[in-house]
Amino acid sequence: MGAAEQYITLYEQNRDTIALHSPSALNAPREEAFRDFKRLGIPSLKVERYRYTDVEQVLKPDYGLNLSRLAIPIDPRKAFSCSVPTLSTYLYFVINDEFRPEVTHSKPLPQGVVVCSLAKAAEEHRELVERHYARLAPTRKDSLNALNTMLTQDGVFVYVPKNVALSRPLQVVNILRADVSLMANRRVLIVMEEGAQAQLLFCDHAADERQFLTTQVAEVFVGDRASLELYELEETHSLNHRLANMYVDVGEKAQVTLDSITLHNGLTRNRTDVSLRGAGSTVNMYGCVVADKQQRVDNNTLIEHRSPQCESNELYKYVLDGEAVGAFAGRVLVRQDAQKSSSREVNANLCASPSARMFSQPMLEIYADDVKCSHGSTVGQLNEAALFYMRQRGVSLEEARLLLKYAFVGEVIDSVRLEPLRDRLRYLTEARMRGSLSNCEGCKVCR
Amino acid sequence: MLEIRNLHAGIAGKEILKGISLTIRDGEIHALMGQNGAGKSTLSNIIVGHPSYSVTEGEILYDGEDLLSLSAEERSLRGIFLSFQQPVEIPGVSMVNFMRAAVNAKRKHEGLEPMTGSEFLRLMREKRALVSMDSKLTGRSVNEGFSGGEKKRNEIFQMAMLEPKFTILDETDSGLDVDALRIVAEGFNKLWKPTSSALVITHYQRLLDYIRPHVVHVLIDGRIVKTGGPELALEIESRGFDWIRKEA
Amino acid sequence: MGETAGIGNEYVREVAAKKYEYGFTTDVETDIIEKGLSEAVVRLISEKKGEPEWLLDFRLKAFRHWTSQRQPTWGHLRLPEIDYQAISYYADPTATKKTDKGEIDPELMKTFDKLGIPLEERMALSGTAVDAVMDSVSVKTTFRDKLREKGIIFCSISEAVKSHPELVRRYLGSVVPYRDNYFAALNSAVFSDGSFVYIPEGVRCPMELSTYFRINARGTGQFERTLIVCDKGGYVSYLEGCTAPMRDENQLHAAVVEIAVMEDAEVKYSTVQNWYPGDSEGKGGVLNLVTKRGLLAGNNSRLSWTQVETGSAVTWKYPSCVLKGDNSQAEFYSVAVTNHHQQADTGTKMIHLGKNTRSTIISKGISAGESENSYRGLVRVARTADNARNYSSCDSLLLGNRCGAHTFPYMDVQNNTAIVEHEATTSKISEDQLFYCNQRGIGTEDAVGLIVNGYAKDVLNKLPMEFAVEAQKLLGVSLEGTVG
Repeated sequence: MGAAEQYITLYEQNRDTIALHSPSALNAPREEAFRDFKRLGIPSLKVERYRYTDVEQVLKPDYGLNLSRLAIPIDPRKAFSCSVPTLSTYLYFVINDEFRPEVTHSKPLPQGVVVCSLAKAAEEHRELVERHYARLAPTRKDSLNALNTMLTQDGVFVYVPKNVALSRPLQVVNILRADVSLMANRRVLIVMEEGAQAQLLFCDHAADERQFLTTQVAEVFVGDRASLELYELEETHSLNHRLANMYVDVGEKAQVTLDSITLHNGLTRNRTDVSLRGAGSTVNMYGCVVADKQQRVDNNTLIEHRSPQCESNELYKYVLDGEAVGAFAGRVLVRQDAQKSSSREVNANLCASPSARMFSQPMLEIYADDVKCSHGSTVGQLNEAALFYMRQRGVSLEEARLLLKYAFVGEVIDSVRLEPLRDRLRYLTEARMRGSLSNCEGCKVCR
Repeated sequence: MLEIRNLHAGIAGKEILKGISLTIRDGEIHALMGQNGAGKSTLSNIIVGHPSYSVTEGEILYDGEDLLSLSAEERSLRGIFLSFQQPVEIPGVSMVNFMRAAVNAKRKHEGLEPMTGSEFLRLMREKRALVSMDSKLTGRSVNEGFSGGEKKRNEIFQMAMLEPKFTILDETDSGLDVDALRIVAEGFNKLWKPTSSALVITHYQRLLDYIRPHVVHVLIDGRIVKTGGPELALEIESRGFDWIRKEA
Repeated sequence: MGETAGIGNEYVREVAAKKYEYGFTTDVETDIIEKGLSEAVVRLISEKKGEPEWLLDFRLKAFRHWTSQRQPTWGHLRLPEIDYQAISYYADPTATKKTDKGEIDPELMKTFDKLGIPLEERMALSGTAVDAVMDSVSVKTTFRDKLREKGIIFCSISEAVKSHPELVRRYLGSVVPYRDNYFAALNSAVFSDGSFVYIPEGVRCPMELSTYFRINARGTGQFERTLIVCDKGGYVSYLEGCTAPMRDENQLHAAVVEIAVMEDAEVKYSTVQNWYPGDSEGKGGVLNLVTKRGLLAGNNSRLSWTQVETGSAVTWKYPSCVLKGDNSQAEFYSVAVTNHHQQADTGTKMIHLGKNTRSTIISKGISAGESENSYRGLVRVARTADNARNYSSCDSLLLGNRCGAHTFPYMDVQNNTAIVEHEATTSKISEDQLFYCNQRGIGTEDAVGLIVNGYAKDVLNKLPMEFAVEAQKLLGVSLEGTVG
């Protein structure tokens, strides 16, 4: 039986259970998603946007699903001590796909701000969820969206009302916890109204040495003049598979920063589509990947300039060691009406071992003439002259290499605006490169 | 003490040094003069162990130890310092991190504990003052965006940080105006100890007005063709190299 | 946007009324076989050409493979539906004169004269030998005797099959196997003629070799096949030019060019492609679907592709290099201009297999009108290719806001001693530069010509002299009236 049939059967046999334990807003698009999934099947490597990740292989194993929403025995605060200790955040936990009731905060959230379980939001803020849920991530064209939409039961909901600014970052810690191989189908819905401001930090951890598969679909609405910084940090382990799709819809004169950092993982595919719907907005996307052993990391981005005078910047850096395989495919599409667009895309990669492999595919597709667009991509090695210079000063070859590798990704980490997070990332990255962290820091259970 | 015996060496299979012998005792400054392509920089690269250069014959002893069998960093840790002719820019690596790595490598070699952050910063400040280096420069990435003069001053600053026993100045005067030259040379002189020794590579006399050599060698086509006292440098300044070439 | 932009926009609206200069037809009796494609047709072509069994075999295998394949769709192109049964696969304009040996129909001579390709050696461009191909058949190859003195073989491929079967058999399909892609399979099944070049060991070809392709007959496709073998230490510079009459319907051109470069040998291949691009409404024009590839088989071998693409309704081709020999070097220089409704998806593939291999890619795309112009390129560094180096630079210039300019580079690096660099920019023609020219009294249209030629200079400089001049003129003509 192919992987697709496996999921079709799963759904056919469990559709009632799934629906019974889910709110109606999440059930609404489910059947259509199922039909789409049946029609689309699982994308092969011949599908352009999937050419670097063999999704069929990822979906093939027999994972358990918690469709009946059984309670998972774990105290998240015991399992996870904040990996960014000096960062004072509004802290939340998601165990697999289940949002845990709020941890008490010293300071309450500003008036009108909602951070809660998506399932709960679908009951308590029904209109808001129905208006936004499954609007950005099309199931018709993308099989992973279809699969997630057909199976998802919960996730995270964030709402920031008009002109409200969050003074502290929101931190959501995703912890994967299971005694058997587990599949979690998580959903994230973020709605930033006009003029809203927020910083969000998502940290991915795995608490057990099990095989995990997470599918995550995030839909992010950024209103006019809103400002969003969204950081994603993955520190899981080699048995973890992450298939994440994010869709960001940007209004006028908005500021969006998306930062994706992968330090530990098994296989990761992050697809991020940004639609610059309103004029005069800026999106900055950064990615940092440190991978070795048999890690695979595939970042696949699309920035669509639909309106004039928007600016987009992308900087993705990979350091690959061991037998790691990295892929970056970044498409920038400038529509005919998007005059005065400015776009810059850079992907730079270091292959540090003979068995590492990098695919790089920057793409420009331009239909407006008054634009300034560029992309650059390099795959190379550490600068020999710099290495020698350092050795002449008594620095060992190993240390010199480390300093250069660290400097290489430093450019991405410097882009993090949350200072404590930036410092923490510097530490984590350096520790990662020194090999002193064999697993994610902070989660006590996996020692 | 550095002893070079019948050194033949080159790069990419091409012989550049064709039998160099040279002894520099502790407390001595030797100047090595010669025109472009004579092999001056090859010699300095060989002494510090640049991987692109290879020795085909001869040996170099440093305090009686076979230098050629050591890696570049091992040579550095034994107190050999090269002020590069063209110091490389290393974007993203801060001067602080770089120097801390170097200083602590040296301390480890000497069996000392690594310096604490505050100790280290104090040392940086102290040495910076010695070569009148702006704190803005030490706050940047290694040599990145430095002017030619700033790069040379940074080399002397690093020399101050690492306190080498044997220093090579490879055309440290090139690209420097008179004021910068004086500051760099004064920095070098302040760091001088009776046990130090140095090899000063230059085209011109002017650096030697500040750094007084005990011995002057002339290198032509990979061979030392003439050796003399400081007056030899003055003679070259007024007469050029051709007469030596003819003599040889 | 200043006043200059206003001027620019006016020009954009003023669509080029420039006629395609080479759009005439030649009235010559032509032997055309029935339209349609089948095994019988493949056999008929082979029979008409009196081919040996092995070649018929090759064609049949290719045909069978082709029937099992579908036309690919991955290009950034709207390729019109091609009815392969509505095309005639063989047209011979020399048929009636076959009996008078060596005599060419004066009409044909006139045609090539009109195209600026004199077939009489005394009139020829200095230092260039020409193989002139019309429709399916080679009309004449000049300077053959002079070349033969050096041991160089330059003749039509049909002739080479007869006179040097061992060479053709050895190399045909060795660089581009018939299974390579849909159009290569089609070509392998039905190719009619083309040029064959063999440069013996240690010989530097004393003159430029050139093939001129001309589609004339209506409802025919052109499927030429070019095979160049440059033996150890040899050198040759080869030029290819092409035109077609203006016809309302699309004409299919599916060629294959194979080049094998041995140890220490060097081949330069230059193309100025000026097939009929269709009219300003996008009607008609040549569908140029071509497979070109060179194998740098020997150590220290060198190959450079230079192309100036101004014609065709659709261009789909990626002159590629397989760098197998150690220290081999490959270059790709391209200028692609699209105007009106033209579509181009072109670029190169550099496959690094040998050690210390070097490749350079310089691509300049210029889009105007409602055209689509894409660069697509692959750089692959295999695990075996220690110290491989690639540098790619792809620039796109947009003239007008109804066209598209796209860049799709693919990099696959499997060796950690490799350095691969790619950069690309897309911009409109600089208002400042235009204004500067205007201020010096140069009209906007001329200024655009100047600026575009300057922009393409890195590539034009790589062309042999006569070609460079022609290419410059072509750039001007293709872009007339399209300032943005």
